[in-house]
Amino acid sequence: MSEQANRKKFLYVNRRAPYGTIYALESLEVVLIGAAFEQDVSLAFIDDGVYQLVAGQDTAGVGMKNFSKTYRALGDYEVRKLYVERESLAERGLTVEDLMPITYEDEDDDYAEKPSIHLTDRSEMARLIAEQDVILSF
Amino acid sequence: MPTLHTVNKSPYERSSLESCLDHVAEGDSVLMFEDAVVGARRGGKFIATLKAERPSCALYVLGPDLAARGIKPADIAEGISVVDYGGFVDLAVANARVCAWL
Repeated sequence: MSEQANRKKFLYVNRRAPYGTIYALESLEVVLIGAAFEQDVSLAFIDDGVYQLVAGQDTAGVGMKNFSKTYRALGDYEVRKLYVERESLAERGLTVEDLMPITYEDEDDDYAEKPSIHLTDRSEMARLIAEQDVILSF
Repeated sequence: MPTLHTVNKSPYERSSLESCLDHVAEGDSVLMFEDAVVGARRGGKFIATLKAERPSCALYVLGPDLAARGIKPADIAEGISVVDYGGFVDLAVANARVCAWL
């Protein structure tokens, strides 16, 4: 089989805030593994999962590793599709302005910096789920 | 091709069931198992939410998890089908993907 035929659409669904549980960090680890196998990777941030991308995370006081910078490095691993649910942000009093700027360099467009975050309506999110080969939930 | 959505947390404790129902597509199936089965009991506050999805989605609940919690098949709200572990496998096979709402 060609490499293209082995390429599957993977969606990682993130629904929990970081630090309270290990889910967010574990998700990131698995995302990076999936990227190493050159799969078509998308990340969905739904419900409290949107807090994983909030800017200004400072974990010094809770004595845990701040892994939020890792999201900004995802572009280097060809993970460039981060879908953030619009309604989940709004329900929590957040806007896209509260999120970290996450970009990637498009090698097909003279390395132009492009946004990885896509603000996505709930109905679009349902369609995104419906077009995947594999869904991994955290 | 449709999706099997699984929910394993009580809707009285977590928002998983509501989030799941917010993201289903027409023709999908929703299976409630483990603590989620408490949401399927007749007279419960989540039955109305489930009913709203009934025309577009098939609703299932896992029998052994009901039995473990003392919920009889007769206590399940109408429109929700009880399946056993074999039925769970059949649903996984009949759908193109499984989406777990943890």
